[in-house]
Amino acid sequence: MIKTAVTLAGVELKNPVMTASGTFGSGAEYSELVDLNKLGAVVTKGVANVPWPGNPTPRIAEVYGGMINAIGLQNPGFDVFAGRDIPFLKQYDTKIIVNVCGKTTEDYIDVVEKLSDQPVDMLEINISCPNVKEGGIAFGQDPRAVEAITREVKRHAKQPIIMKLSPNVTDITVMAKAAEAGGADVLSLINTLTGMKIDIHKRSFAVANKTGGLSGPAVKPVAVRMVYQVAQAVSLPIIGMGGIMTADDAIEFILAGATAVAVGTANFHNPHATVEIAAGIEDYMRRYGVEDINELIGAVR
Amino acid sequence: MAQVKETAVVYSQEALAPDIFSMWITTEAAKEAGPGQFITVYSKDGSRLLPRPISICETDPEEGRLRIVYRIAGAGTKEFSAYESGDSIEIMGPLGNGFPLEGENVFLIGGGIGIPPMLELAKNLNCEKQMILGYRDENLFLRDEFEAYGEVFVATEDGSVGTKGNVLDAIRENGLTADVMYACGPTPMLRALKQYAEEHNIRCYISLEEKMACGVGACLACVCKTKEVDHHSNVHNKRICKDGPVFLAGEVEL
Repeated sequence: MIKTAVTLAGVELKNPVMTASGTFGSGAEYSELVDLNKLGAVVTKGVANVPWPGNPTPRIAEVYGGMINAIGLQNPGFDVFAGRDIPFLKQYDTKIIVNVCGKTTEDYIDVVEKLSDQPVDMLEINISCPNVKEGGIAFGQDPRAVEAITREVKRHAKQPIIMKLSPNVTDITVMAKAAEAGGADVLSLINTLTGMKIDIHKRSFAVANKTGGLSGPAVKPVAVRMVYQVAQAVSLPIIGMGGIMTADDAIEFILAGATAVAVGTANFHNPHATVEIAAGIEDYMRRYGVEDINELIGAVR
Repeated sequence: MAQVKETAVVYSQEALAPDIFSMWITTEAAKEAGPGQFITVYSKDGSRLLPRPISICETDPEEGRLRIVYRIAGAGTKEFSAYESGDSIEIMGPLGNGFPLEGENVFLIGGGIGIPPMLELAKNLNCEKQMILGYRDENLFLRDEFEAYGEVFVATEDGSVGTKGNVLDAIRENGLTADVMYACGPTPMLRALKQYAEEHNIRCYISLEEKMACGVGACLACVCKTKEVDHHSNVHNKRICKDGPVFLAGEVEL
């Protein structure tokens, strides 16, 4: 019997495959396409204490082997989210990870406190969104700020906290160590790489925000490298992501040191990607006679 | 789990005009699709990740086929235009909410590549129909196919056929009236029609377009501004792929 379960900060996932925040809503739309019971966890779209309208359109553009997005963390605010999306996800046998965003430390704390009596398993703290002017990445590019926000959130959080790191830094291991020092339970990486596309026919920016976050297979080698570096630098479990399209990609992240993986942009190209990757990981394990997936985590050093 | 991405089969494909192609696809989706809905078509080249939303031009539920008429706008649609009868095609659909069937005397207004979805609507509406079609030039793709369903008026930007100008110029020049308007086309056209409908107190349905990623309402890329706070988003945004693409003109800000 193959064992695919992994544990993150005491939370056991039936398999290491989860959704990447922002690409899957709160699961309801994709539930018509994907059996959510087959996922290790659903990571929700970022939620703030109040509704955020997001950025002007166009919000996305395709680029070679990837896409650029600048959605701007549009979300309905905590109250609608807690009244509608959490009860929806509770119907399924999967773990619920809520992505939390804010403009100020107080905003993050407000959401984290409101979530303390909600039936969710973990909180992912988004300090790495490149597409909002305040908050987001402003917390994620300075190690002192990373440590401070992590400490504050941890102090108020009832559930384990995942700090989501930005790749838009000189040395991501510095940020990882800062989050570890602040008391993070888990790290997730990478968020998108800041990019730009110009429409040469219209002579304008392809997304209204001018810059956006680059994701998809184009970023995968950068993400694998960063997961490996962070795995060497800290002792926290890592959720690896960045261009995972197939089970082979997921295995690569796990071998680099990720305990779990998140699938994002692939959902747009193949709505069934998450469940196909979960099944493909089992195929890989059978093929190589791996009985427990934990044997693969960080196996390439 | 109602929806699936499927591998369908190209039944036939032909060019209707420079860069405008018509493709019939054999798919189960043909049985469910209604006027104004769309499908997403996926490239087979892994460097192009995002599906292309394309409106449904016509369905033939008995034969299990649907038709898309699309313009080559980039490498993805260029790839699709090379598909031949018998080739596989990756699609998902039908998606979105289409046109309601209302009115006694209606305008069906299409501008450019907004013309195709009006054909299935024309087939489904049992009332007086006036089709007003706006083209760039004398390449009047689909025009003849509309003749079976009512009177057709043409506007061309270069004045080569019909009214010189846009669809509103054609409506005014011909003194046309209606109690319901249905429209699909470029945003400036829809903006003008929304204003015309408000001035003349006509119920107006418009089909919108925006860059899309997921196509199912999850990613929030393809939003439009709304007059009121939307019940789902809880902000002044609706999702074109899921809540639309058809909206009452008065609901949205263009």
